[in-house]
Amino acid sequence: MSRPDLLASRHRAERRFQMYGRAAIVFALLALVLLLSTIIENGWNGFYHTELRLTLSVDENVVGHDPAQLRHTDMTPYIKHALLAKFPAVTERRELREMVGLVSSGASVKMRKVLIADPDKLHKPFTLWLPASDTIDRAMKSGVDEKTPELQRKISNRQLGWLALFKQQGDVRVVFNPYLLSSGDSREPELAGFMGSMVGSFFTLLACMFVAFPVGVMAAIYLEEFAPKGRLTEWIEININNLAAVPSIVFGLLGLAVYLDIVGIPRSASLAGGLTLALMILPTIIIATRASLRAIPDTIRDAARALGASPLQVVLHHTFPLAIPGITTGTILGLARAIGETAPLLMIGMVAFVADIPKNILDPATTMPVQIYLWATSPEASFVEKTSTGILILLVILISMNSLAIFIRRRFEHRW
Amino acid sequence: MQMPAPQTLPKISSRALNVYYGAKQALFNIDIDIESNAVTALIGPSGCGKSTFLRSINRMNDTIDNCRVEGTLIIDGENIYAPHQDPVQLRSRIGMVFQKPNPFPKSIYDNIAYGPRIHSLCDNKADLDGLVESSLSKAGLWNEVKDRLREPGTSLSGGQQQRLCIARTIAVNPDVILMDEPCSALDPIATAKVEQLIHELQAHYTIVIVTHSMQQAARISQKTAFFYMGKLLEFGDTSSIFTRPSLKQTQDYITGRYG
Repeated sequence: MSRPDLLASRHRAERRFQMYGRAAIVFALLALVLLLSTIIENGWNGFYHTELRLTLSVDENVVGHDPAQLRHTDMTPYIKHALLAKFPAVTERRELREMVGLVSSGASVKMRKVLIADPDKLHKPFTLWLPASDTIDRAMKSGVDEKTPELQRKISNRQLGWLALFKQQGDVRVVFNPYLLSSGDSREPELAGFMGSMVGSFFTLLACMFVAFPVGVMAAIYLEEFAPKGRLTEWIEININNLAAVPSIVFGLLGLAVYLDIVGIPRSASLAGGLTLALMILPTIIIATRASLRAIPDTIRDAARALGASPLQVVLHHTFPLAIPGITTGTILGLARAIGETAPLLMIGMVAFVADIPKNILDPATTMPVQIYLWATSPEASFVEKTSTGILILLVILISMNSLAIFIRRRFEHRW
Repeated sequence: MQMPAPQTLPKISSRALNVYYGAKQALFNIDIDIESNAVTALIGPSGCGKSTFLRSINRMNDTIDNCRVEGTLIIDGENIYAPHQDPVQLRSRIGMVFQKPNPFPKSIYDNIAYGPRIHSLCDNKADLDGLVESSLSKAGLWNEVKDRLREPGTSLSGGQQQRLCIARTIAVNPDVILMDEPCSALDPIATAKVEQLIHELQAHYTIVIVTHSMQQAARISQKTAFFYMGKLLEFGDTSSIFTRPSLKQTQDYITGRYG
C-alpha cells in the first residue's frame, strides 16, 4: 500500500475502535437503564398503601380509662361497628365477613395505639385513617379488570361497590406506607415491612466490622511493615489472595460448622451472620490496607527512621495515618459487598420468617437481601411488588455506601 | 619548646568494613577515620559505594533486607555494629539528610518537633517552641517561616524544604550529620544557601557529605575520600586531593575523565 492509503486505513481503524468502545458503553448503559426501570416500575407502588377513613366511637364505660385495660381490648368490634354505620344494609354472615375484609388486621392494632396515646378520644366519636386490606390495596394500586368473572378475582363485586362509595365520600387515600420502614415481616402483605431486615443488616454489619476491621488492618500492617520477607510470608500472602476468590457459600458452610455447632451461637442471630461475613471480607480489607501502605513512599519512613523513630513509631506516627483514607475506602467497599451477600447467610439459617425487629445482636434476625429473597418466593401480588421495593431500598443504601467511599477517597487521599 | 598539637580522636572510624547486598559485595575493607567538627566529603563515580558507606554510619542499611555488614564501625569509641547496640538509639545521635527533600506531610512546626517529641527532649511547650525556633534559625529558615509554622512542610520551595529537613535533623541535637547529595535536587541559589549553612554547622557538628560535584567538595570540605568500585582509593586533606592526588585514578576522576 502506498503511504496515503496506509494512513487512511489507520484512521479508519482508529474510528472503528472508538465506535466499538462507544457501543460497549451504550450497551452497558442500556442494560442498566432497563434493569433500573423494571425494578422501579415494579416496586414503586410498594412505597404506598391504601387507607380507609372510618368514624369510630368507643364507649368508655365498657373500656375504662386505664391504658393497661386498653392494651387487652380487642378493637375489632368497634371497627365492625363503624363499618356497619357506613353500610347498614349488611346483615348476612358472608357479607359481614367481606365487609370486615375491607380493612387490614393491623387496623385494630393501629386503633389501639392511637387510643393509648390519646385517651381523650374515648369521650366522643373520632375519625381515623386505617390501613386497608391487601385486596383493597391491590384494587387501588393496580385497578380491577371488571371483565374477569367475580369468582376469579380476589375482590368481590360487593366490595367493589363499597370501595366506590368510599371513593365518592373521599374516605379512601393512597399514601406513603408507614409499615414499610417501621415494621418487620408479616404474613399479611399489607403489613409487611423492611425495617426488621434493615436492623438485622445493621447488627450483622456491626458484628462483621468489629471482627474484620481490626484483624484485617493489623494483619496487613504486620505483613507490610514488619514481617521478614521470606517463604512463610509469601505463603501467607498467596493464601490471603486465594481467600478472596472463595465462593461465598463456602463461608456459610464454615459458619454453620464452627459458629453454630461448635461455639453454639443461636441460629439466625446477627452475630453468627456477622462473623461469617467477617471472614469473607477479611481478604478485601487486608488487600486494600496493604495497597494503601505500599503507596506511601519509603522516603517518609526513611526520614522518620533517621530521626531515631522505632519501627512501631514509624508505622503509628507516619505510615498508618497517611494510609487511613485508603483503608477507609477499602473497608467501606468490603462492607458494601457484605451487605448484599445472601448465600452464606442462607446456610447459617438467617432465612427464617422473622416478624419482630431484632433488639440485639443475638436476637433472631434476617438481612435485607435475604428478606428480598423470602418475599420473592411468595406468590401474592403485593409480595412481588414488595420484592422490588426492597431491592430499591437496598440499592439506595449500596449506592450511598459506594458514593461515601468515593467521596472519602477523593477528598482525603494524598497524591504522591 | 612547642608541644605538638594533641591528636584529637577521630569521631568515626571504620576498620575492615565490608558490606554485601545478597551475594554482591558493595564495600571492600574500608578503613577510614573521620574527624569531628569538620566536613568530610565522599566522592566517586556512580555505584562506587559512597552512599552505602554513608548509610552504614547510622545503620540505615539495616532496613534493607538482604544487606549484610561485616567489620567494625566505631563512633565515640564504641563499635556500633556490636550485638548489643540499638540502632534506634544510635540514630538519635546521628542525623541524616537525603537527596530529595522529604518533609513529613505535617505542619512546619510538627516537622521540627517530631524528633524532640519522640525522644522527650523538652519538658513543656515553651521549651519545645524555643527548640523549634532555634533549629529553624540555625538552618537559616526562621525568618522565612516564622509566620506560617502551621502550614504544611510540603508547601515550601525545594530549597526551603531541604533546609527544613536540616533543621529537623539538628533539632534532636545529634553529634554527626550525614548528607546524601543534599543539593542535587536544588537550583544553584538554593544550593549556595545550603552550602553556607553547612559551613556554619561545621563548627558544632561532624558532617559527612556525599557529593557528585567536585566543585562542591572543594568548596565546603576539609577532608575528602575518593571511593571507586567499593574501595577507598584515596583519603586526605581536600586541598591535597584536588591539587596533588597520589593516584592516577583520582586524578582522572577529578579532571572529569570519567564519572
